[in-house]
Amino acid sequence: MSHAATHDQHDDHHGAPKSFFQRWCMSTNHKDIGTLYLVFALVMFFIGGSFAMLIRAELFKPGLQLMQPYFFNQLTTMHALVMIFGAIMPAFVGLGNWMIPLMVGAPDMALPRMNNLSFWILPFAFTLMLSTLFMAGGGPAGGWTMYPPLSLQSDSLAYVVFAVHLMGISSIMGAINIIATILNMRAPGMELLKMPVFVWSWLITAFLLIAVMPVLAGAVTMLLTDKYFGTNFFNPGGGGDPVLYQHIFWFFGHPEVYIMILPAFGIISEIIPTFARKPIFGYKAMVFAIASIAFLSFIVWAHHMFAVGLPMGAEIFFMYATMLIAVPTGVKVFNWVSTMWGGSMTFETPMLFAIAFVILFTIGGFSGLMLALVPADFQYHDTYFVVAHFHYVLVTGALFAIIAATYYWLPKWSGRMYSEFWAKMHFWNSVIWVNVLFFPQHFLGLAGMPRRIPDYNVAFANFNMVSSIGGFLFGASQLIFLGVLIHGVWFSKKKATDRVWEGAKGLEWTVPSPAPHHTFEVPPVIHDDELAHGHVND
Amino acid sequence: MGQQHDAYFVPAKSYWPFVAAVVMFTTVFGAAHWLNAEPGDAGFGKTVLLIGVIGVLGMFFGWFRSVINESLSGSYNHQVDVSFRMGMMWFIFSEVMFFGAFFGALFYIRMFSVPWLGGEGHGTLTHEFLWNNYAASWGANGGNGPEHAGGAFSTVPAWGLPLLNTLILLSSSVTVTIAHHALRAGHRGKILVFLGLTVLLGALFLNFQAHEYIEAYKELNLTLHSGVYGSTFFLLTGFHGLHVTLGTIMLAVIWFRVLKGHFNKDHHFGFEAVAWYWHFVDVVWLGLFMFVYIL
Repeated sequence: MSHAATHDQHDDHHGAPKSFFQRWCMSTNHKDIGTLYLVFALVMFFIGGSFAMLIRAELFKPGLQLMQPYFFNQLTTMHALVMIFGAIMPAFVGLGNWMIPLMVGAPDMALPRMNNLSFWILPFAFTLMLSTLFMAGGGPAGGWTMYPPLSLQSDSLAYVVFAVHLMGISSIMGAINIIATILNMRAPGMELLKMPVFVWSWLITAFLLIAVMPVLAGAVTMLLTDKYFGTNFFNPGGGGDPVLYQHIFWFFGHPEVYIMILPAFGIISEIIPTFARKPIFGYKAMVFAIASIAFLSFIVWAHHMFAVGLPMGAEIFFMYATMLIAVPTGVKVFNWVSTMWGGSMTFETPMLFAIAFVILFTIGGFSGLMLALVPADFQYHDTYFVVAHFHYVLVTGALFAIIAATYYWLPKWSGRMYSEFWAKMHFWNSVIWVNVLFFPQHFLGLAGMPRRIPDYNVAFANFNMVSSIGGFLFGASQLIFLGVLIHGVWFSKKKATDRVWEGAKGLEWTVPSPAPHHTFEVPPVIHDDELAHGHVND
Repeated sequence: MGQQHDAYFVPAKSYWPFVAAVVMFTTVFGAAHWLNAEPGDAGFGKTVLLIGVIGVLGMFFGWFRSVINESLSGSYNHQVDVSFRMGMMWFIFSEVMFFGAFFGALFYIRMFSVPWLGGEGHGTLTHEFLWNNYAASWGANGGNGPEHAGGAFSTVPAWGLPLLNTLILLSSSVTVTIAHHALRAGHRGKILVFLGLTVLLGALFLNFQAHEYIEAYKELNLTLHSGVYGSTFFLLTGFHGLHVTLGTIMLAVIWFRVLKGHFNKDHHFGFEAVAWYWHFVDVVWLGLFMFVYIL
């Protein structure tokens, strides 16, 4: 009965609409909205990156060099907010938007208009947040965690809080959409345990998002009422407690950390089997490991607060719970290595980034274990050791996975092969300079250099200079990335085949390159041997 | 329809999402500007906020109208229905977590921060050096912290209006369920009566809640400034009241849609979504009654 009605809705049945506004602002197409997300994330990556360059320039030598300390604090705060909420999260949502429907054989996301709203909130939210930099009194300068009472001193608080509310709404709607798509839109025969690991990782991430973004909204709402409406949530004189904010914030914040890494796990679990030409080792173990990491993320939040004066029982509980996470994460690293073991490997750029991810993310994981130890953390807390740790997991972890995914799927998106030579240039420059940038920060932290400080003891001068040089060159390397992208999207003469990579399996490789505006309008027939994991019965 | 996977449904392009993003931005930009304005200089922020709020209301009206029209024209198949259901379910879950943040804050304040300020266990030194005459307790004797923020106040007794409001909300949950059963049995008159009753009970609840707030401010000196007791009391009951307001408006919209004959016994997701929402508001109230008023 619904056939005629269904096709009436396809006013753009034969391709993308011509009008710019109609195509990009009124879209109900998961590919266009995915592209919007990815372009937005790239723009934010360069904005956040330019903040990082200014930070490293100030830290190039001891003493105040370029800017006032208050502006430096705005830079560290904004760098984090832009990179977390503007670059890493939207990039993953963009990848999910593009690839999840293609991977499960759906025509689009389950709720396409809401999908468009989820995206379009973001440019407005970031306009609101970044505009504070140009206001009298400047932007937020109390760190991205917005701890009271410091954060309550800035007039920009209202703008930032509302921007965070908007981003939260966007993330929650995006997550609901992803859950509904995965649970409701799969092609017949695409059973849950046949889905690609990337899809699984996003399903679990979406649950985390729905569970914690509202908690962040609650926390920042309390900041807002404390500053503007005279409440006393975080004021001990009125019976409150600033540490309460830290508890609520990190109840959001720690799952947030995994929101930024679980989709990366999924991406790496797609890329390594393709270029090792072997099915993923221990598919079910990979899925259950992601689920256990997600569960554990809810009971470890106070390891961000060991130095704040928690009762001893809490310190011990959160220390052990945190160390438990190493078990499922270890399973994942073991399985990635085992997937490569005995495979016929080739080393195209996505694979290079994936291997770099496995090694460098593991370093970040180990420094995380060190930080999990309460007595040791008293020494590391709020030093550059922490900065080094989370940049290893976020830059060489999340960001490298996003870059790997971009090289892996770009030919499917644009229909052209990117330049392998320049992509490898990008890789080697990135992987070398990122270590020059962040590895010395471990030593700085262990020696006691505090984070979020524009000036430092001369004893830290050499490592800071090395780190800054690495920073500038890592930043410059990303311009190669931009060049490869522009060339690979519009100018490359080399056409991509449908399968693109010799060892690639899964539904997304059965559609033409570039993927047509509408795919899987009729559900595909699933052949188990076409799926990356379908014929594995472990 | 037979097989649900005959063909997928992808909705037509729509400008409403973009409009929604614009009006949401307008609203919060106006609000932020207003909050930061110098006294006597709030006009611009207020105006922008007002434009934003009107825009949001108009956007909801327009977007829902287009969705209702599509639904009535029969474009939505079973699969779309399931997606809508999942969307509503997980939206309600996110709301539960939002309230969870405030309940968590209340728990922490009552179990940890107030006793610690009174010198128990962990907070000995704070107590000793800053506020050594503070005897920690909740409610009127100490719920506003060692500095008596907001001055002396009394609390709202649980067994007056709050009890009445509990009974009202519980009855409204019953009436909405009777209306739902009537909808499935196809008794339109009965739906209108019981759904109408639910709307009235919701309005009555809000009326009593407003009374309670006025009394708290005028007679009990219980205000937003009344230390952390006032903070948790007003934010928890206030956000709940906001949700009851939304729920009542939604129920009223559904009442008019029933009157216009939008629903039949197999096809009434709009009704069910609002009923779910109403039950959720009800459950949150039970938590409030327990932890804010009684205990």
